[in-house]
Amino acid sequence: MSGAAVGMGSSRASIERSRRTQTFIIHAVLIAGGIIVMIPLAWMLSTSLKPPHQITKFPPIWIPDPFVWSNYVRAVTIFPVSFVVFVRNSMYMSLMITLGTVLSNAVVAFAFARLTFRGSRVLFIIVLSTMMLPQQVTMIPLFILFSKFGWINTYNPLIVPHFFANAYFVFLLRQFYTTIPRELDDAARIDGCGVIGLFLRIMLPLSKPALGITAIFAFTWAWNEFLGPLIYLSRMETFPLAIALSFLRAAHGVLWSELMVVSFIAMLPPVLLFFVAQKHYIQGIVITGVKG
Amino acid sequence: MSAELQSSQTPWTRMLASNAWSRRTLRQREELIAYLLVSPWVIGFLAFILGPMLTSLGLSFTETDLFTLEFVGLENYTKLLSFDTTRTLFWTTLYNTAYYVFLSIPLTISVGFFIAMLLNQNISGQPTYRVVYYLPAVIPGIATSLLWLWLFQPEFGLINWALSLVGIEGPRWLFDRSTAKMALVLMSVWGAGSNMLIFLAGLQGIPTELYEAATIDGAGIWRRFRSITIPMISPTLFFVVVTQIIWSSQVFTNVYVMTEGKGGPANATLMMVLYLYQVAFRQYRMGYASAYAWIFFLILLVFTLVLFRSSKAWVYYETEIGGQRS
Repeated sequence: MSGAAVGMGSSRASIERSRRTQTFIIHAVLIAGGIIVMIPLAWMLSTSLKPPHQITKFPPIWIPDPFVWSNYVRAVTIFPVSFVVFVRNSMYMSLMITLGTVLSNAVVAFAFARLTFRGSRVLFIIVLSTMMLPQQVTMIPLFILFSKFGWINTYNPLIVPHFFANAYFVFLLRQFYTTIPRELDDAARIDGCGVIGLFLRIMLPLSKPALGITAIFAFTWAWNEFLGPLIYLSRMETFPLAIALSFLRAAHGVLWSELMVVSFIAMLPPVLLFFVAQKHYIQGIVITGVKG
Repeated sequence: MSAELQSSQTPWTRMLASNAWSRRTLRQREELIAYLLVSPWVIGFLAFILGPMLTSLGLSFTETDLFTLEFVGLENYTKLLSFDTTRTLFWTTLYNTAYYVFLSIPLTISVGFFIAMLLNQNISGQPTYRVVYYLPAVIPGIATSLLWLWLFQPEFGLINWALSLVGIEGPRWLFDRSTAKMALVLMSVWGAGSNMLIFLAGLQGIPTELYEAATIDGAGIWRRFRSITIPMISPTLFFVVVTQIIWSSQVFTNVYVMTEGKGGPANATLMMVLYLYQVAFRQYRMGYASAYAWIFFLILLVFTLVLFRSSKAWVYYETEIGGQRS
């Protein structure tokens, strides 16, 4: 395009100039938008470090004077139960859910991607259609079932179902498996690999990125889960962080700096995970989103 | 059969026969393994999805807490769908949820699409922008809710301060029934970054030759946008619309946290799932709640089906002309 379309030197310069203004405007808009996105978070941090009388100042004070680091200590010791317990509960729940999600979906997705069996198409359509299902329609019978098991105030109702695969991740992993060349299967077969060998020696090692994405998503969603723990957990020693926060809000409505402190702590694990693994994150969204 | 074959004379035929036998068992064995491997999902589907769904349908014709159960026929449904609004909150919750869904979806989609279009213009620093805009989507709903509760605070909140800078006296947001839902909608726009990522991926999948060819044919920016970008992005748009409707109609954490589980003021933010939670797990009216859950499910199902039907008219799939491409 550049050679034929641009004739004279002056017009080339003007095209170049208009492109530069265009880029400048785009950057300006994107930076402005980015600031709007980040302001609430800056405000959260600022509030979390303010002395009490500066919190309700209007117009607002952006930089706390002095920085009250003791807010952090007070916020985490405000609960009747040690804050460590909540963090441990959240960690336990999220890691177990991640484990179950990765194990079960890796296996199920492999069968759908690579093995031929009668009814596989129909089954896969059912898998996809359950993605559209709101979980609320199964919530009440499951609650009754799990309470019959004596699972109230335990993590079982929140963890166990994740060991039985989930439509979204089956889809994500199957999409990824299908990008692995079939020739590798054939080569492995010729070398005497069975189905299980094919899965363990070829597919699993090659699909590490996709399994990583699955683990990251599963962990983040589990960590952020709210409705499930709210229904099944009522004793404070069993609370994950999310529910402990909602308890703090209900018990001490307007302790803004404490609320901002614990909110900030609660968002650290998923946010740090996102920063560390952002490439995988984006890849995962691309795999499921575009071809969906 | 194999015994008969093995009795035949030449070692050659015996070898062939045993080979055929082992190949067939291999295929059967593989099918068996395949069923074994998908069995976790099948068991999960029966135990945690299909079984509970049917149970929930059954329960919807009863009145039950955890200990007693009484068959009441269609009473739950007639009570729920009654037009006498003193007897049912169904219409209130439906209106609130529809208000939220139909305002927040166009907003989050257009904002997400707009940012994606900007980022797709060969902009430097794209990865940084992506991270910044996507960040709100990974923050736990509880933290987001508490943060926005604070931002919407009428007296000292940042939003009303910003409004006061341009001479507007901010409303009482979550404390006023006429602005409470709008506050929730505005808050949802903060999470538009997740749509942005999906759109960006879709935009980057459009072959640049299409734009080049159109430019040579003399198509301007608007024309290229209308005739290339829009049709090529329509499958992505369809995906986003469907998942967003399903997802945002289940809005719960925000309203629960921001209104202390009540859906106030005066039921102005009583969303469908919040009401379902109240009926089932505060009042323990499991039968009534099951009927409500089924109505909720059917409404979503109808919406999804209508969208899928209509997609033939407005979603463009490359395979229609490309033949081999998919």
